[in-house]
Amino acid sequence: MDNRILLAHGSGGKLSHDLVRKHIISRITNPLLDRLDDSAVLDSEGRLAFTTDSYVVSPIIFPGGDIGRLAVCGTVNDLSMAGARPLYLSLSFIIEEGLALNELEEIVRSIAETAAEAEIEIVTGDTKVVNRGDADRLFINTSGIGRIPNGIDISGANAKPGDKIILSGTIGDHGIAIMSKREGLNFTTTLESDCAPLNHLVADMLEESTLINCLRDPTRGGLATTLNEIAGQSSVGIELEERSIPVRDEVRGACELLGLDPLYVANEGKLVAIVDEKAAEPVLARMKQNIYGKDAVIIGCVTGKHQGRVVLKTPYGSSRILDMLSGELLPRIC
Amino acid sequence: MKYIDEFRQPELAKKLVDRIHRNSTKHIRLMEFCGGHTVSIFKYGIRELLPGNIEMLSGPGCPVCVTSNADLDKAIALAHLPNVIITSFGDMIRVPGSYSSLQSARSEGCDVRIVYSVLDAIQIAKENPNKSVIFIGIGFETTTPTVAAGILQAEQEEIDNFYVLSLSKICPPIMKSILDLGEVRLNGIVCPGHVSAVIGSHPYQFIADNYDIACVVAGFEPLDILLCVDMLVNQIENEDYKVEIAYRRGVRPEGNPQALKLMDTVFETAGADWRGIGAVPSSGLRLRDTYEKFDAEKNFDIDPGPVREHQGCQCGSILRGVSTPLDCPLFRTSCTPEHPVGPCMVSSEGTCSTYYLFGDFDG
Repeated sequence: MDNRILLAHGSGGKLSHDLVRKHIISRITNPLLDRLDDSAVLDSEGRLAFTTDSYVVSPIIFPGGDIGRLAVCGTVNDLSMAGARPLYLSLSFIIEEGLALNELEEIVRSIAETAAEAEIEIVTGDTKVVNRGDADRLFINTSGIGRIPNGIDISGANAKPGDKIILSGTIGDHGIAIMSKREGLNFTTTLESDCAPLNHLVADMLEESTLINCLRDPTRGGLATTLNEIAGQSSVGIELEERSIPVRDEVRGACELLGLDPLYVANEGKLVAIVDEKAAEPVLARMKQNIYGKDAVIIGCVTGKHQGRVVLKTPYGSSRILDMLSGELLPRIC
Repeated sequence: MKYIDEFRQPELAKKLVDRIHRNSTKHIRLMEFCGGHTVSIFKYGIRELLPGNIEMLSGPGCPVCVTSNADLDKAIALAHLPNVIITSFGDMIRVPGSYSSLQSARSEGCDVRIVYSVLDAIQIAKENPNKSVIFIGIGFETTTPTVAAGILQAEQEEIDNFYVLSLSKICPPIMKSILDLGEVRLNGIVCPGHVSAVIGSHPYQFIADNYDIACVVAGFEPLDILLCVDMLVNQIENEDYKVEIAYRRGVRPEGNPQALKLMDTVFETAGADWRGIGAVPSSGLRLRDTYEKFDAEKNFDIDPGPVREHQGCQCGSILRGVSTPLDCPLFRTSCTPEHPVGPCMVSSEGTCSTYYLFGDFDG
């Protein structure tokens, strides 16, 4: 049974030590982590952003990603959406007894690759093992710290009438990719999750212009819910052109079959930027040069009318209100 | 996307809208019976595109919404029996019955599982031979043939721990019942699309013949619905009432004989209890005696207690087209999709949930 995680791996004894050193730290090594003290000691100056998120996605390995890549990207993206440059991450595993060691290794490898891509360091962590049935295979928590450059003021409350709304690419890819692997739904698709770290894209955008008022990654609840949050926080109205919102054919098809609306389906590698009218075109052009923004497009604008509401203009000349997601579209997608 | 994009072409939609504006002179009232149509009409903003003299009402065509509290109470009582697994379509588990819901029963420890089809329920029965697996069989003629097929499969495979609580309902009798109540004066009916794919268009003939009401079967894309309204307007303007199909790719006048035969093999008509309308003779389907070993009502002894209705909830009159959700004092206040009081707010095809999600946009 050496190739599976045992309860003893979480005992704090020799097995724990081996697991952490051999299978985890060896892959994500860096000087801050390698000290293995009880806390990582960091230097800091200026304004910091700090965030945390837990990841419980099922299945843990899915088309286009896995729970490890998701756990790095999710927290990196949350920092990025505050305009921060992500620096350090913590990494905690809660492992269900019986998880195959090679699966854990694959996920740790993916964490290391994603951290390298995002150029952040994992500086502290923890590993616990729980009885079979007390968790579902593997849960991960990551917290992150980032530094906010001077002159940046990004918040969901900063949207103002006239601003343009830029979406970085197609919507719904992550949610549908996960759904395609769920028990009971299982359908065949070449679609992959869009799970990606967006910090370099955000850095490019901020280098182009500091007139970016809000940034959000439309994860659970999808684009519609994210824009409703901004409309509420900023007390503005939002108008979207339905036909300008990019949706892959595979996502549209799956949504038609399952009775879902892509506007409410989760993304893990997309962002919405609310940008001053003057800066919208240059920011858009710059985004298109980044691999994670190549399909970026302006999808609408902020208005002073119908405060707190998002209105979708259909291709037929009619309009409808786009509300927040109600209830659960699908549990445990991230 | 094939078979979708063709029926969403904005240019063609505009032509149909223009034609409806040109041809429609009378003040008319149309009802869509099917909840799927209500969703499409709101999603594509079709009410806004139509001239002011055409009023659209929503009818009782959502199987979750029309399930009575008495029937819900039975399902919940079954869930509380020992060694029982309840299998149900997702929306159904959130609908509050007289005292509880399947969702609450689950949180109390009952085994209630969401399935996507009756075949999933049969699979669960095979995997749990020591438990009784009961499928909550709601649905109109669209869903019932699949339930019938499931029962036949269970018989063929000799699965003896699978049961159905049959709450199946059929459409034409309830349409008649609403028209006979006379509470709403209708000029035309957008007849259900999926139901008609099974039963065909002939069963609506009595509506055109006896009530002078235009009938057109519609699909669910914007062009389908606009074409249907256009055809209804023509019939009404010319006072030439008949049953037509604006959904030829899905519906034939005679329906789907194979599905009808399946349904007839396993089920027979019976009275059914409809929320907001009450008992309607011959509007439901129960298992024939030949298949009674699969009938949950005959095989389990339950006492759901007295039925209680929710105070102030207007789902009943909304289902009859007499009120809209905007008339209900609970709408958007104490009744929301997160905390639904009545079923029309629970089901994704319920009128209240549709009004809530898509809103009546006033600019």
